[in-house]
Amino acid sequence: MTVTDDPTTNPGYKWVGTRPIRPDGLDKVTGKAQFSADLVLPNMIEGAVARSPHAHARIVSIDTSVAEAMPGVQAVITGADFPDLAEAGAPAADVRESKKIIARDKVLFEGHPVAAVAATTRQEAQKAAAAIVVEYEVLPHALTVSEAMAEGAPVLHDDLITANVEPTPETASNVASRAVQQRGDLDEGFAAADVVLEHRYTTKPVHQGYIEPHAAVADASQNGRVNLWFSSQSPFDIRATTAKLIGCSPSRIKVTPAEIGGGFGGKTVAYVEPIAAMLSRKANRPVRVVMDRHEVFLATGPTSGSVTNDGKITAADIWMAFEAGAFPGSPVGAAAMTAIACYDVPNFFIEGFDVVVNKPKVAAYRAPGAPIIAFGVEGLLDELARAIDMDPIELRLANAAEEGVQAPYGPVHPRIGMVETLEAIRDSDHYRSPVPEGCGRGVASGFWFNIGGNSVATVNVHEDGNVSVIYGSPDIGGSRASMALFAAEELGIDVERVTPHIADTDTIGHTDVTGGSRVTLSAGKVVVEACRMIKDDLRRRAAKTWDCDLDEVDWVDGQAQHVSGTESPLSLAALAGKAGRTGGPISATYTENVRGAGAGFSTQLVDVRVDEETGQTEIVRYTTAQDAGKAIHPSYVEGQMQGGVVQGIGWALNEEYIHRADGTLDNPGFLDYRIPVASDLPMIETIVVEVPNPNHPYGVRGVGEVGIVPPMAAIANAIDRSTECRLHDLPMSPVRLLSAINDRDARD
Amino acid sequence: MTRVPVSCTINGHEEAFLAESGESLLNALRDEVGLTGVKEGCGTGDCGACSILVDGRVTCACLIFAPEAEGHELTTIEGLADAGHLHPLQQCFLEGAALQCGVCTPGFLLAAKALLDKNPHPTETEVRYALAGNLCRCTGYDKIIRAVLDAAADMAAATGDAA
Amino acid sequence: MDYLAPTTVEEAVGALAEEPEARVFAGATDLIPQIRAGRPEPGLLIDLKRIDRCTSVTETEAGWVVGAATPTSRLTENDEFSTSMPGLSEAAGLIGSDQIQNRSSLGGNLCNASPAADSVPAMLVNDVRAVVAGSGGTRTVPVGEITTGPGSTSLADGEFIVEFEIDRPPANTSDAYLRMIPRTEMDIAVVGAGARITLDADGNCASARIALGAVAPTARRVPDAEAALEGRPIDDDTLAAVAAAASAACNPIDDKRGTIEYRKQVAGVLAKRAVKLAAERAAGTATTNGGH
Repeated sequence: MTVTDDPTTNPGYKWVGTRPIRPDGLDKVTGKAQFSADLVLPNMIEGAVARSPHAHARIVSIDTSVAEAMPGVQAVITGADFPDLAEAGAPAADVRESKKIIARDKVLFEGHPVAAVAATTRQEAQKAAAAIVVEYEVLPHALTVSEAMAEGAPVLHDDLITANVEPTPETASNVASRAVQQRGDLDEGFAAADVVLEHRYTTKPVHQGYIEPHAAVADASQNGRVNLWFSSQSPFDIRATTAKLIGCSPSRIKVTPAEIGGGFGGKTVAYVEPIAAMLSRKANRPVRVVMDRHEVFLATGPTSGSVTNDGKITAADIWMAFEAGAFPGSPVGAAAMTAIACYDVPNFFIEGFDVVVNKPKVAAYRAPGAPIIAFGVEGLLDELARAIDMDPIELRLANAAEEGVQAPYGPVHPRIGMVETLEAIRDSDHYRSPVPEGCGRGVASGFWFNIGGNSVATVNVHEDGNVSVIYGSPDIGGSRASMALFAAEELGIDVERVTPHIADTDTIGHTDVTGGSRVTLSAGKVVVEACRMIKDDLRRRAAKTWDCDLDEVDWVDGQAQHVSGTESPLSLAALAGKAGRTGGPISATYTENVRGAGAGFSTQLVDVRVDEETGQTEIVRYTTAQDAGKAIHPSYVEGQMQGGVVQGIGWALNEEYIHRADGTLDNPGFLDYRIPVASDLPMIETIVVEVPNPNHPYGVRGVGEVGIVPPMAAIANAIDRSTECRLHDLPMSPVRLLSAINDRDARD
Repeated sequence: MTRVPVSCTINGHEEAFLAESGESLLNALRDEVGLTGVKEGCGTGDCGACSILVDGRVTCACLIFAPEAEGHELTTIEGLADAGHLHPLQQCFLEGAALQCGVCTPGFLLAAKALLDKNPHPTETEVRYALAGNLCRCTGYDKIIRAVLDAAADMAAATGDAA
Repeated sequence: MDYLAPTTVEEAVGALAEEPEARVFAGATDLIPQIRAGRPEPGLLIDLKRIDRCTSVTETEAGWVVGAATPTSRLTENDEFSTSMPGLSEAAGLIGSDQIQNRSSLGGNLCNASPAADSVPAMLVNDVRAVVAGSGGTRTVPVGEITTGPGSTSLADGEFIVEFEIDRPPANTSDAYLRMIPRTEMDIAVVGAGARITLDADGNCASARIALGAVAPTARRVPDAEAALEGRPIDDDTLAAVAAAASAACNPIDDKRGTIEYRKQVAGVLAKRAVKLAAERAAGTATTNGGH
């Protein structure tokens, strides 16, 4: 269902807001769509990566001689084959990235690549990779923030000095940096309060869990150019990374994006692409490198595990430590910015530490940082609501951020929809229904900035009046459909006449990542603007045809019309048919670094039933209300909402990395890394709230991310209401919940 | 490493290919026969992305040795549509937006077909359990389940066979 | 690895005897993941599925003979079998998704010898027997004597299970199998409990068999829990005694799926629930299904 703000001013669109079949749908239901492991090139060989079995070790020596002599082997590479960026004085971030891709002097996590092989078959490559002899000096490891921050902890990087602390430390540690957001006077705020609550929360690393493992095909055998194909959310960023790591100019690399089998942030960074490129260079043949699921869990980015402490609502005092993995860069800064962003809190001090540990470097995961801290903040709010006997939705309404409120991270909110999402839940059929027998009900809210960024679109009109829309944002959620709808709406033509294309990095201008919930907003905006340029051009051509002034020509329903009505309208096809005579091909490109992304808010409601004898939690009913600004293709907006919720349910109940004492991962597979299956869930009811973003021509707000922010707290709140057990640690698995129930029974 | 000949019927056509004895049918279908619509998500039977039908029964191609296919009838996603006519499941998935990234979709379509061939009038719960072997990370399953129920209704209506 | 698909038991026995690196397999649903995880590859794969005897399901005077390599979906889809042995059928049906079910087999599930194998507790309470073939001929062995520890069986080199003999239960008897998994499907059992109950004319328990899985190196019967029921009514007191005896009989480990404490506690819960369900089925009053 959709709850639309200002229905009187909401224009009646013809295409935007409808639900056509997505343009790439046919290929995806018939198996034709090409994902990156599907591509076969002539003369192509296969790669395999040799990885560290240790969480932390010095590399004493690497002997590739046996591997090089094995059947089918065409190339073997190690870190030594790559340019030494440290020696070249490259920026620290680039040096770290190059060490992440392939180890140099140390391995910093189990699964850290140390070498790679290209051979005629994947089996030969794997056998040769296994035959590479690496001598390690195993070092003590630190797996959690507590271990990494403890006195005497093993130090991962001997040049890592904590940034943004006073005074600057003299020795290296595992604390990479400190982020702070603050305002007002904490003491005053707490003094004014009636109830103060404080807890310590922990979360475990969770993986984005995309079903498609990473893969890349590289062809560096062509006159100094490198052609790359891979599924990624950021072809341009990975092109840049690969260029730096293999030592060439970005424009010498052409990336053709493949279909992407899920990303959620985890496919915004490089893993096998530079390795494939280097293997291809050395073998002088195209090389395909495909990760298997085991490697995906061992070596690609989870999001952080964490430890946090929270305060109360008129004042908030928050301390956080997030795991960054082996290299700095956890989302603790974003967590600090979003922690209380749903609310108007006058006094707060929010401090977060980025801590390196011996695990793969974390990668973005849907609203990075926000879900983690929301587990604490939204859980604490629920406890506050109970303490003062106030309805949890009313409590949030009483504190909700609104237009004119200054966000914790600085800017003043324009029109936003936090209140509307709370009201939508309060007024929902779910909330009005009694809590079913034996169930508990929980509510939680969430915020995500959403971003804008660089996008380019080119619109071409073919001689038959059909239109191509060319842009650079890989489609991970159905955005092609939205681009087609924008073009159809703007040009006044049937959406079936629009074909969106996601172009390669030579053919389209620099485009920022498909992530940050930015594509419908940013790519959408440039598509709209390019279409408007086309419409102006078409009107000029009609004016030329009719020998009249430009302002006598309107564009209505896909046709040029003379205002006087004395000329027969000229359709897009008619004008396209004689484009050569009216000025040349009909094509327009629009580029912008789009600003004005609208913040996203979500409020969610869940009923759970706990089997108190086994600790198992059943999700009985779930409703999510999220502000989309304007739902361009409502089905895909709903899909983003539902997908985020279900990832949150898995995060809440069962997902976690389980490590052995020796630092190796005990559950690198979908058997014991337990994401939700279809039978675990009910339907996820969606309420699409539309509070238009004043800064976008259609009012769009990003929808991809905020949906994952509330679920863990909503479920914790529901479990608490159901069992009187408040869990502060994720996941709230049966083992943990039963233990809490036992403790409760022992107390009573 | 011995490569052995395997003859079977794939998507209604007689096919013969060579494969390593110990190679999975998933790899043989993708690499030897060129049917890349069969996806590898995990290689260990935990995700269902490689689901195919063997003699009409859904199973994971990653858990079958290639020579086992000898003499059997295989159906992959490439064979679900009939000469350009989409199967009702494919049509309902498209209309119901039951896919986002699409990588799990082939597996789901075949598992759903196997379900509806066996049980033309499943309840929502039966659909969920029948598809529990197929992981989806994008959709939260909601629209997939609805699409399967819609397809069941469409197929029942087409045969005049009400639940 | 080489591949062979014999069509007779004798052929399979011969191939196994000749090739020391050979392994028989049915569905390969454990074998393939284990090879991917680094287990040494067998030199020869012997596929049992082309041997009729290994994939037949036959109703006999005494009960059932089920080929060891029969896909478990064929068992669960067999209405006669599922009606007469609902617990064994549901246990077999819990070995994984529909995809797995079209490959998994009782023979594979037993001989993989995971302590958590779903079919084994149900086989134990039903006194299922395994017919083992080897170069010395065939022998019949109670299923409880097959597994000896995690990943190991009492089968000698060159032996494999051809089929299982299952006796039809006596009147007023039924069985149940329940398991605890964190999700609703696709997980290895954290705890499994099988029960078979025979009721007497007064509705009391005439005979009880209870077996636990995933809480010891092998699945095993729980005599103390059985003794707590025999000759008694099935009520809250006796069920509590069953639960306590089941918890006490556990010898579980801490691992990525559960803790010792959790397994002990939940073993008691599931034993009690399985008994209750089996009793209700025996009395004809059951309203719920088992653990799906």
